[in-house]
Amino acid sequence: MTSTGVLLQLAQTLLAILLAPILMGWVNQCRAWLQGRSAPPLTQPYRTLRKLFHKDAVIAHHASPLFRFAPYMIFACMALAAGIVPTLANDLPFSPAADVIALVGIFALARVFLALAAMDIGTAFGSLGARREMLVSFLAEPALLMVFFTASLISHSTELPVIVETLALRQFAIYPSLAFAAVAFWMVSVAENARIPVDNPGTHLELTMIHEAMILEYSARHLALIEWAVALKLFTYSALGIALFLPWGIAPQGNPGALPLALAAMILKLLIGGAALALIETVSAKLRLFRVPEFLATAFLLAVLGMLIHFLLEA
Amino acid sequence: MHPAYHLQLINLLAALLLLISFAMLAQRRVAGLITLFAWQGTALAASTALVAWSTGQHHLYYSAAITLTLKVIAMPWYFYRIVKKLDVNRVVEPMINIPTTMLIGIVLVIFSFNLALPISEMSGTVMRSTLGIALATVLLAFLMMITRTKAIPQVIGFLAMENGLFFAATSATYGMPLVVELGVALDVLVAVFVLGIFIFQIRETFDSLDLKHMEKLKER
Repeated sequence: MTSTGVLLQLAQTLLAILLAPILMGWVNQCRAWLQGRSAPPLTQPYRTLRKLFHKDAVIAHHASPLFRFAPYMIFACMALAAGIVPTLANDLPFSPAADVIALVGIFALARVFLALAAMDIGTAFGSLGARREMLVSFLAEPALLMVFFTASLISHSTELPVIVETLALRQFAIYPSLAFAAVAFWMVSVAENARIPVDNPGTHLELTMIHEAMILEYSARHLALIEWAVALKLFTYSALGIALFLPWGIAPQGNPGALPLALAAMILKLLIGGAALALIETVSAKLRLFRVPEFLATAFLLAVLGMLIHFLLEA
Repeated sequence: MHPAYHLQLINLLAALLLLISFAMLAQRRVAGLITLFAWQGTALAASTALVAWSTGQHHLYYSAAITLTLKVIAMPWYFYRIVKKLDVNRVVEPMINIPTTMLIGIVLVIFSFNLALPISEMSGTVMRSTLGIALATVLLAFLMMITRTKAIPQVIGFLAMENGLFFAATSATYGMPLVVELGVALDVLVAVFVLGIFIFQIRETFDSLDLKHMEKLKER
């Protein structure tokens, strides 16, 4: 573990935490343009966060300590995940802390705390949202694991740095299995990040909301932390998608000279990815809640097919 | 182009073929089914033409052309006309719900991949590993025929099965002799027209395209 490695790790994590709201703002901006509205400025998420941090928190009388503790936990989980996924440089000192399976576990931990906090107050909306979230996530998780397994089968390791290195440095080849896994990963990340067509991040309509129903009781700094964690989650998922399917440009270990290029490549990929997400959100309609299992079953199917096809065609 | 890329492209098209088979299993609307069937034909024709180009088997160009004209243009057009005439483009739930059908489909895929493994080792073609996909396409089309009760999806399932068989022939032995292929194409064409007439007749007699009515022997 070198001092540059530690510095780089710190820089990458801080960059992820700071850039995450901008990515959210960029997606919102693209959506507004595509829908013909005048777009909010790119820094709008920061302003919302600042406003929320300056407010006084209102907490229900029946709230247990868990309710206060959950936002910090969720934010910490997402920051941890952002530190593990290689966005700028590969093979940082922190990345052996968790492989892809443990990463899924970290996301699950954050989700469990969010659901518990939502049920803690005892309002109808909170438990409704928590239940729906659990329905969505228990279907999304196996699909996500299958996607990771497909990538792991190609690179013979579940460690993210090894996967990224194998996929980035290999000779160019068309992997049908990776194409399937990429589509499955997109479907899972849409579901996990509460975006259209699974959930609408902008709605407060009781029939449709999932994520918003869970955080209805939060205010001020707690809400700010959760919103920030949501942005961070989107950022981490985008970084994961980039690391698995478009890993070119991430700086290899012990090569700080490649960092400026890596930064430029990352920003470019995130800009394109965010615009693509906004486009997909604009052209697709929200699914009925009972169609969501079908959507996620399709993601699971694609991931499993990718794995099977890897055995048949690429082994 | 490097020969390895040919093989990769053929593999990609084969994977696409399998994906379209699953999409057909999940499709509730008849018009969507017809579009998917046309896409399956397109993928089939493209892969056949690619095999022809990379191996120099010229008769495969003719098969690709026949596939393109019959299964991508003529038959989908004919089916669209039937659907429009009979006004049957509604959401129809299959007998088994769709996630379950998909899971059964995955089991079928694993089964056919395993089944095809020893056979494809005996074959001498470059793309023998896609035989498993061809077999899976046949079985998935069969599954679609089983889970649908309406007449048009069943006919499309039958044709998708023929697509799978055609792909199996290409991947195992670089296609059947041209005479056989022409014969099969003609047979399928005739079958589609006969089935089309049947569909009109079923509609006339039972006022619906649900084949459940045909399970009764006597009229009412």
